[in-house]
Amino acid sequence: MTMVRREIRFLLNDDEIRLGEVGAGDTLLDFLRIGQRLTGTKEGCAEGDCGACTVLVGRLSDAGLRYEPVNACIRLLASLDGCHVVTVEHLRGTNGGVHPVQRAMVEHHGSQCGFCTPGIVMALYALWMETPRPSETQVEIALQGNLCRCTGYAPIVRAALAAADHGGPEGDILVTERARVAAALAGLRDGARVEVTRDGQRAILPADVDDFAAVYAAEPEATVVAGATDVGLWVTKFLRDIGPAILIGHLDGLRRVEEGADGLSIGAGVSYSQAEAALIGAFAHLQEYWHRIAGWQVRNMGTIGGNIANGSPIGDVPPVLIALGARVVLRRGAERRELPLEAFFLDYGKQDRAPGEFVESVVVPQPEPGVLHGAWKVSKRRDEDISSVAAGFAVTVTEGRISDARIAFGGMAGVPKRAGAAEAALIGAPFDGASFARAAEVLPQDFKPLSDWRASAEYRMRVAQNLFLRFWAVHGSAERAELRRVEA
Amino acid sequence: MSVKGATHQAIAHDSAAKHVSGRAEYTDDIPEPVGTLHACLGLSEVAHGRILGLDLSGVLAAAGVVGVLTADDIPGANDISPTGMGDDPVFPAETVEFHGQPLFAVVAVSRDAARRAAVRAKVEIEPLPHVLDPVGAIEAGYPDVTAPLKLERGQVAAGLAGSAHRIKGRMAIGGQDHMYLEGHIAFAMPGEDDDVVVYSSTQHPSEAQHMMAHVLGVPSHSVVVNVRRMGGGFGGKETQMNLFAAVAALAAKKWNRPVKIRPDRDQDMIATGKRHDFVADYEVGFDGEGRIEAVEGLFAARCGFSADLSGPVTDRALFHADNAYFYPHVRLRSRPMKTNTVSNTAFRGFGGPQGVIVAERMIEEIAYALGRDPLEIRKANFYREGGDVTPYHQVVEDNILERIVGELEESSDYQSRRRAVMDDNAKGGIIRRGIALTPVKFGISFTATWYNQAGALVHVYSDGSIMLNHGGTEMGQGLNIKVAQVVAEAFGVDIERVRITRTTTEKVPNTSATAASSGSDLNGMAALDACEQIKARLVDFACESRGVAADEVAFLPGRVKIGGEEIGFDDFIRQAYVARVQLSAAGFYKTPKIHWDREKGQGRPFYYFAYGAACSEVSVDTLTGEYRVERVDILHDVGHSLNPAVDRGQVEGGFIQGVGWLTSEELWWDGDGRLRTHAPSTYKIPLASDRPRVFNVALAEWSQNPERTIKRSKAVGEPPFMLGISVFEAISMAVASVAEYRECPRLDAPATPERVLMAIERLKQER
Repeated sequence: MTMVRREIRFLLNDDEIRLGEVGAGDTLLDFLRIGQRLTGTKEGCAEGDCGACTVLVGRLSDAGLRYEPVNACIRLLASLDGCHVVTVEHLRGTNGGVHPVQRAMVEHHGSQCGFCTPGIVMALYALWMETPRPSETQVEIALQGNLCRCTGYAPIVRAALAAADHGGPEGDILVTERARVAAALAGLRDGARVEVTRDGQRAILPADVDDFAAVYAAEPEATVVAGATDVGLWVTKFLRDIGPAILIGHLDGLRRVEEGADGLSIGAGVSYSQAEAALIGAFAHLQEYWHRIAGWQVRNMGTIGGNIANGSPIGDVPPVLIALGARVVLRRGAERRELPLEAFFLDYGKQDRAPGEFVESVVVPQPEPGVLHGAWKVSKRRDEDISSVAAGFAVTVTEGRISDARIAFGGMAGVPKRAGAAEAALIGAPFDGASFARAAEVLPQDFKPLSDWRASAEYRMRVAQNLFLRFWAVHGSAERAELRRVEA
Repeated sequence: MSVKGATHQAIAHDSAAKHVSGRAEYTDDIPEPVGTLHACLGLSEVAHGRILGLDLSGVLAAAGVVGVLTADDIPGANDISPTGMGDDPVFPAETVEFHGQPLFAVVAVSRDAARRAAVRAKVEIEPLPHVLDPVGAIEAGYPDVTAPLKLERGQVAAGLAGSAHRIKGRMAIGGQDHMYLEGHIAFAMPGEDDDVVVYSSTQHPSEAQHMMAHVLGVPSHSVVVNVRRMGGGFGGKETQMNLFAAVAALAAKKWNRPVKIRPDRDQDMIATGKRHDFVADYEVGFDGEGRIEAVEGLFAARCGFSADLSGPVTDRALFHADNAYFYPHVRLRSRPMKTNTVSNTAFRGFGGPQGVIVAERMIEEIAYALGRDPLEIRKANFYREGGDVTPYHQVVEDNILERIVGELEESSDYQSRRRAVMDDNAKGGIIRRGIALTPVKFGISFTATWYNQAGALVHVYSDGSIMLNHGGTEMGQGLNIKVAQVVAEAFGVDIERVRITRTTTEKVPNTSATAASSGSDLNGMAALDACEQIKARLVDFACESRGVAADEVAFLPGRVKIGGEEIGFDDFIRQAYVARVQLSAAGFYKTPKIHWDREKGQGRPFYYFAYGAACSEVSVDTLTGEYRVERVDILHDVGHSLNPAVDRGQVEGGFIQGVGWLTSEELWWDGDGRLRTHAPSTYKIPLASDRPRVFNVALAEWSQNPERTIKRSKAVGEPPFMLGISVFEAISMAVASVAEYRECPRLDAPATPERVLMAIERLKQER
């Protein structure tokens, strides 16, 4: 019988917090602002897009205690069990003065109205802690989840580049206190399942993956929440009750990235950030693409598994993984089954998933020699936007001819979907520009996209067709074929 | 030793240290008294229709609900029209006029309870036909929401007829959401009798005060409005706050409990006004050298269901439809169209940017038609002696734009970079480049002449510390620090001695909105006036007590020189206090020289002009329409800057905001009139990675305001916004390159990747 604990326990700045009355949909931001009157953390959008609510969450894992910036607005309070939450009020310099990041922000006039500022300070604090001397590109990537409407960002970037002039992380409280905090967090771990509730809204944190499988099989109507970057909005925007909710973001068993004989296995709880190194290591073409997915905070929270399981037609991960021939592992109780990722998506809002069954991992096969890759995302704003069109290409060339093609699109149908007619047009054709132009021509046989506020159907189709030309330009001709995030 | 924090010093925002530490207090951070209630609006889900029934029983039955407010609960006038038009109900009683219009408010024990209850209303509405855009409104015979304006000079018909070349065109210009990071909020505390004190994020405390009094049916003296700071305003909190302030005040008085209302981001964006969209029809006649002979323009605006500030906004569009160019013959007309959309309002530039971009479009048309560099055409048409009269008959007196543009052309290396761009494009690649150098000339003053007044209140306490209060509001623009610098310098004390306090209607009455870039011009002068009054009394005291002449008294840094004696400022103040010298003064200022006859379309509406220019280079992906801004050089005129650090921040930030307006920020309504871009997930303002990597921003250090403004500075809030147009024109050039620049691409704004790609495809097909 699994032990059940009826309270969550976590560290908030210098204090240990124990809470028994926590609802499934209670957010960290409301807890901070209303419950604790820590009003330095702001609400700008309540949907994880503006970053005004950025706080750091430190979590113990196999790799030790690591802090990451997250959006407090959509971070579920119950999910913080066993974590260290750090808010802007915790920042200080080594001698009790202002922190180097804060000092740089003041000196470079990085705040005007000041409302986004605490969130920006926290994002830059996290960057400085890991990368005290960042490049401009690194600063831009770290700030993808933070909006500022006043400054135009230039002074903020200047501050980020100069922060370490006022001191490096070695003397920082989160570094000097790391061992003590890690011990305290370890002390909070008791291997128990945690169950808390408020107003009938239960949140369950299973003890481990097997416990999760058992709990979900027993309560198949429950909402499974990993990073809450989607479900968080059900709460904050749609006022939906999500209880009972099974929170799985803390399960180490789902957070493993393993290289095996059949490829790279990514646990369903692995965040975009956690997957980054392994995925880009294996598939260099994903580098640019990966940093166009959401902002840093959301990449730290959101999971590969969640992006697949929620079945969104505009999820960023499925098209590229489908092109790579990924397979999804589903589990129900002790039973597992595996299917090609594209087969998981049956129809809009409908996936091949039985009640109580969950996505446990996704397996991406190692690339075969001779395969050429492409991954592109097109959106109204370059970064931190939802795709108008996303595409993954994997084209095998053998002796000057295309012997295989796997091409998948997001944003073009009710599900992430392969371009069957276009693939067929390519297979067997010579590897030249004309073949890709012909494949583009047959693409309307594969897709009938919709018009909405992100893009018109006409634009979506034209861009999707043009990406075939892009693929050829990148792999077949030497000219400057795309805009890239460049180092100044 | 000089005074620390005197004018012209580049010092940090007074709240910078508090901003970075999270200690700066915004309205939502104020501790709530026990018993505070929270309000939430219930919105219409129909764009236009007759209200047949409003069943709020489900709302009232929801957990935590204390009550509801409807049109029937308004003791005074059900109207918050800022211009006295009577067309802006708090809650409509009979007719719904846009999708998202507030119909009622629910008041509950928590914000969460109020939000959950609000969606339980059952509203029965008989739909009526609706119109969403200005062209559709004209076609449907919809009325103007307010009187149109005509500006005319010369003989436009004859001028056009006599021109060697004529081009007619149409340009659609999108609106813009303010997307201030702090949304609207109002927090009302009831007091005795009719009193209510309201903390609110408003750019216009006096108007909020008067509106609440109007709605409550009480004299203005019963209502106090306080604002310490806003988390951004940009015009969005000039009038749009009135709704929230009124709801909070009504509820606070009805239940005699503190009431806060903070809409969520979606409601904030759906239920409050934005920058006006325009559709402009233009015809321009010009000679073979690209010199403009005549211009005819019609500017139709999506004003929304009520007038709000649409009159002065559409007026300002016409005032700036010349940008920096002399039109020998001109006729400009506005059509402020009623539409079934949220009532549009002030936004940085206030219609001016929409006028300026049409002027720039005409320049581009001429340049493409003649096969010339648009910069040549710009220069050929600048106001200069002999051609210096605007369409509103004001003479442009300080023609410094040629110098600004000339210096920028050189410092940005425009000519050789343009050649490089064209050479690169000639290779026919997928990635095309564009470069453009565009100017701005922006008229400074409220065109509602009576708004050009300000008050300030300065106290010197007996310990020598100083409290400063003025009628302006701080929304991040650095107004408070600039005015404090004026005061510190006036008394010769370090700026730490000057305490900046919240803006409150109790200290300075009848203030104007902090808007129209006027904040430091007006309030700086009013504060200086207060200081000078106190100093005059201090000088009198010094003369009387020491028996010296007035010219023997001088305020030096931290001390006062009286004849041969020097005394510390604090000691001197102590002596003055003991001698019963009044150490407090109310200052006042009104802008001189300005007048405006709207009927005739003639006058001098602007005290002076602010100038600037930007050179932007972009790369455009011709397969997707996406782009990057590679490099931007700006030279901007702020006169003799009160605070170069603050001013530079306004230039950089305004520029990027202008780029956002013209690129990724798109407002999208569906056929039912529902705004579908109502949160940062769907409405995309620029990110750090959208700013140019090379961003050279300079202030024209040689510039002095020829008018006697505060320390010869110039207003800075709005003018740099229009420098973003250079990015738009650079994108346009890259697009035009796919058809060898034979044709002006006629991009509409915003130039989203979609619009850019579709323009490229169109030009490719026509090739």
